[in-house]
Amino acid sequence: MMRTTMLFAPGNNPAIVQNAGVLGADSIIFDLEDAVAQQEKDSARILVRNALINIDYGNCETTVRINSLEYSEWEEDIKEIVKGKLDGIIVPKIESVKGIKAVEKVLDKQGDIARNIFIIPLIETALGIENVFEILNSSSRIKAVLFGAEDYTADIGAKRTKKGVEIMYGRSRIVNAATAAMVEAIDTPFTDIDDFEGLKEDVQFAKDIGFSGKAVISPRHCSIVKELFSPSQEEIDYALKVINAIQKAKEEGKGVVSLDGKMIDAPIVNRANKVLKLSGLEGV
Amino acid sequence: MKVKEMVKSGSLESSDLLVMITPLTEGEGLKLEINSIVKKQYGDRIRDIVMEVLNESELEDSLILIQDRGALDYAIKSRVETALSRIRNKEE
Repeated sequence: MMRTTMLFAPGNNPAIVQNAGVLGADSIIFDLEDAVAQQEKDSARILVRNALINIDYGNCETTVRINSLEYSEWEEDIKEIVKGKLDGIIVPKIESVKGIKAVEKVLDKQGDIARNIFIIPLIETALGIENVFEILNSSSRIKAVLFGAEDYTADIGAKRTKKGVEIMYGRSRIVNAATAAMVEAIDTPFTDIDDFEGLKEDVQFAKDIGFSGKAVISPRHCSIVKELFSPSQEEIDYALKVINAIQKAKEEGKGVVSLDGKMIDAPIVNRANKVLKLSGLEGV
Repeated sequence: MKVKEMVKSGSLESSDLLVMITPLTEGEGLKLEINSIVKKQYGDRIRDIVMEVLNESELEDSLILIQDRGALDYAIKSRVETALSRIRNKEE
């Protein structure tokens, strides 16, 4: 599946946890880390585990941001949440392959129930950015990467701005590494929940530089992010024309394919397939 | 399992519940009090869920106060489980 919107839901808030599946996101990230006070970590873990066991989230993908590997809770988080219908784990502050291997080992120990659970590393430090390609290539469980700009800017000592000049290097490096490792690149959330114009600009920019989706911290951001990341009718029509031209050329035994006077090469076909995948028309 | 001092879990937010477990004198058993905005409609259901979790815990001689704010079954179960786990952790 393509994850255009990944919605953070505080893990200790039943009102949000139980309704997260109907707020318009492709994926939910039940948060056991930053959104939960230290003295409520146990409570949130149990609530999320029971929600995953009892609540039907329909087509919405379910993921959990576990606690950081720096603290002791993360292993217990994994052991509990895999008991429910869980699709993936978001691992915060990943800086090296070592962190992924540690999480992979604990998941493997859980046996069959955790066999298909994927990992999304959250890259949010300077060291993580520098090691991102190696990290993304370290496990077959990794399906996407998420950029965390708030912690990243704090780490590099920069001021976080809406324009995001200070995170340009981090964003580009993540997109490049994700493409090379053949996983999805998910952009950092836009944190001003009332600035919808700023959100649109931020999403458009993220899409233009190659991200395939974005994390959101407010349900009110879901529809805007989803709409902007979804291909336009014009893009879908062109993608279908490309695929049709390729199929026709194959049938006719032609090696070189052209469309509207332009040569169609592998990158154009890849882009067309990506557009059709995003619009749910893959294989049509 | 015995509770030595009051243990709490949950909150009074909408869709949540506050669970408070306090010690009673030996031999008094378990006493359950439920306050809920939907007690008339769901009081028996809340009682059944709470008792199901309590019965698995071997908790003795305690007063269990539930202040419910319209929590679903999974949340009721979760908050009682959390309170019991906190009692267990204090015993260790």
